[in-house]
Amino acid sequence: MNHTPFIIAAFLVTAIGTLALVARSWIAMRKSEALADDLKSRK
Amino acid sequence: MHRFANPARFLGIAKPLTPLLLWPGILLVMGACWWGLTQVPAERLQGETVKILFVHVPAAWLGMGGWTGIAIASIVQLVWRHPLAGVSARAIAVPGAVFAALCLITGSIWGRPAWGAWWVWDGRLTSMLILFFLYLGYIALANASSEKGSVSRTAAVFGIIGAVNIPIINRSVVWWESQHQKASITLGGSSIDAAYLWPLFASALGFTLIFGGVVLMRMRAQLAEIRIEARMRRMAED
Repeated sequence: MNHTPFIIAAFLVTAIGTLALVARSWIAMRKSEALADDLKSRK
Repeated sequence: MHRFANPARFLGIAKPLTPLLLWPGILLVMGACWWGLTQVPAERLQGETVKILFVHVPAAWLGMGGWTGIAIASIVQLVWRHPLAGVSARAIAVPGAVFAALCLITGSIWGRPAWGAWWVWDGRLTSMLILFFLYLGYIALANASSEKGSVSRTAAVFGIIGAVNIPIINRSVVWWESQHQKASITLGGSSIDAAYLWPLFASALGFTLIFGGVVLMRMRAQLAEIRIEARMRRMAED
């Protein structure tokens, strides 16, 4: 059995999962902090 | 510990620390994956599939470590009423669930060429699947909390009770007959050859740094949501 597709699949799934987690967390943080700062600057 | 109870003081540390954890973590994981994929020889029995070790094992450690973090934060929340404990427990839940899922998926991919099966209902795999479902339950409970940033006492109690599963996962390969191999790395030492061990440690450290960076980002988002909620309430009252 050729093992290469299994190795590629495992690394690819991990890369996609980790990057999606980092990106979603970063976007949520930026959005929330920007809105909080915006509300703070309003009278 | 209560020195960091002030969110402003915590944010003063968390803001510069977030990129300091994330970027070295990403670079370390990329370097460790390159090392593991291109420089490590095939193993005598498992052949090239042993390279899945470099993503599967860190994911398993972080899945289990994440829940241990939730349990510790839940105890701190209930006993000392530390205001950031509930925020940190909630921030750990999603990355913990993601790494538990990655552990299950990469383990399944590894199982097909190694065992001839995508899945077997043995102690290790089943207890890890239970951990993933516990994460989903905790996330649902935390989201249902009345407090926007923190979690309810019910979620905190659930976080402590769920920690019973962590030693079960760890000891499952000893207590029950398992197709999963026994622990190769213990407090007493390692049975893994240095050629595999060093890239594994580099990968585990890199993923841990990324995990820490993600938890800080999610805590910052939750603290910002608390500020938004408080501000909106004041604006509505004016």
